[in-house]
Amino acid sequence: MPNSPHSVGVVSAQRAQFDTPLLFKSGAELPRYELVYETYGTLNRDKSNAILVCHALSGHHHVAGYYADDPNNVGWWDTMIGPGKPIDTSKFFVIGVNNLGGCHGSTGPSSTNPETGKPYGASFPVVTVEDWVESQARLADLLGIRQFAAVMGGSLGGMQAMQWSLSHPERVRHVLAIATAPRLTAENIAFNDVARNAILTDPDFHGGNFYGHGVVPTRGLRLARMLGHITYLSDDAMADKFGRGLRSGKYGYSYDIEFEIESYLRHQGDKFAAHFDANTYLLMTKALDYFDPAHEHGDDLNKAFAAARANFLVLSFTTDWRFSPERSRAIVKALLHNRLNVSYGEITSTHGHDSFLMQHTHYHEVMHAYLDRIAREFSA
Amino acid sequence: MSAHDHSSLAAARPDFAAIAAWIPQGASVLDLGCGDGSLLRYLNDTRKVRGYGVEIDDLNIVACIQNGVNVIQGDLESGLSGFESDAFDFVILSQTLQATRHTEALVQEMLRVGREGIVSFPNFGYWRNRLHVLRGNMPVSRDLPYQWYDTPNVHLCTLHDFEDFCAEYRVHILERRVMTGDSEVHLLPNLLGGMAVYRFQRAM
Repeated sequence: MPNSPHSVGVVSAQRAQFDTPLLFKSGAELPRYELVYETYGTLNRDKSNAILVCHALSGHHHVAGYYADDPNNVGWWDTMIGPGKPIDTSKFFVIGVNNLGGCHGSTGPSSTNPETGKPYGASFPVVTVEDWVESQARLADLLGIRQFAAVMGGSLGGMQAMQWSLSHPERVRHVLAIATAPRLTAENIAFNDVARNAILTDPDFHGGNFYGHGVVPTRGLRLARMLGHITYLSDDAMADKFGRGLRSGKYGYSYDIEFEIESYLRHQGDKFAAHFDANTYLLMTKALDYFDPAHEHGDDLNKAFAAARANFLVLSFTTDWRFSPERSRAIVKALLHNRLNVSYGEITSTHGHDSFLMQHTHYHEVMHAYLDRIAREFSA
Repeated sequence: MSAHDHSSLAAARPDFAAIAAWIPQGASVLDLGCGDGSLLRYLNDTRKVRGYGVEIDDLNIVACIQNGVNVIQGDLESGLSGFESDAFDFVILSQTLQATRHTEALVQEMLRVGREGIVSFPNFGYWRNRLHVLRGNMPVSRDLPYQWYDTPNVHLCTLHDFEDFCAEYRVHILERRVMTGDSEVHLLPNLLGGMAVYRFQRAM
């Protein structure tokens, strides 16, 4: 709620320019780039109270608060972040950053490539979770943060948080990995591939260079989002919210929108396609598919986590079938094997994968308790 | 936690001190059914253990995190498949044995995951409990605070019962301490002891 004493209030985005080339895991290189980010709270004197919030597939840097000129544009995790909220901005300095390859201000496929004067489009490098962590580490350098009190995120954001503990073990004290997985299953990759195919086969996609054609592959993006959205909900949540409800109360024996769920999904698809970049969607799903820290360790997750030094909070949600509790338990097992501090909560929720974004009393109590514990470490 | 807190905690739960006495500094410990994490916190503070709890209840998960102890949410009745074999020096089941359904399977799991097991439980053979039954009622006391209809205790036993169980299932008892309140009982333990703590390992 804007105006609430628990809101971080009016926020504004900042930009950071990086002129040192970034070498991607794929071998590609970006000579220079920008990251757009927001911060909430105050960095303390010894810079020990910083938290990095990593975003998921369709997220961005606007994590909390609202804009003065657009008070309805409230950050995507505003329920979690603010004075007196679980991530208490009177104690912590919180950073939200739009990932490289994104479409909310950081350099991405829709940005102008200074070398050609045209949008990168299909030429933007395929980005991995590891690449994001490197770019985020450079932002941390810029802000003078040597070590984060915590790096956290849900879903793809949780993968980045885990990767931080592997790429920069000494730079993160706590990792909060929420509704995430140590790697995607075949089924999960399959969903992503269908979504990508919807975009890639849209005639308006033009091999990723649609910007110059004055069109947007809206149909493909809509389908991709509709499919994704189904997998982020649970059967129960859909049944509760829509059931077999009909918009007009009776069958029309046509292919028009009849069932409430159809109407809802198409609305979600339209809303998403109106502002999200198709190339970014492709990049984000590929980053999900490629994330697999065990891969370079003989498929042994125990060995992958041997580098980690952080303390972990791992959370899953009972009805999340896209990133199921079983996948979180695999993370916990590898952390236990490496004798790391870890707590694991399995939150009872009806909202499927999307639960990590929702207001939920017990989930928020767990987060609050854990973050209080982190805060005690640097205030002591 | 101050020294005063520790002594009051040990007084409230005399089995804590008995358990701690068996645990060397820096040992690795898994506490099954760890509740709000009090025992683990006590062991962290007094023995610097590397400890984890397993707990099913949501409110206890929050309490454990507040207590600064590691806790893994899970159901003991579905086994300890989330834990590798021989991962811990000690696996503790404090005041929980009598509330487990698959007791035999759980004790075997304790000895798969840990080098040694420790259990504490209220002695149903304690004379006051026997007196309740003789009078015709199920016992209700500090150690057995529930009514028959709301008790989580489905497998109450006496010291004799537990020791017979261990003999039958190849569990080798290393040490036993029997307490009534916070004083140790040596004479007629199955009759005069309110609570027992055992340390055991796999029989060779």
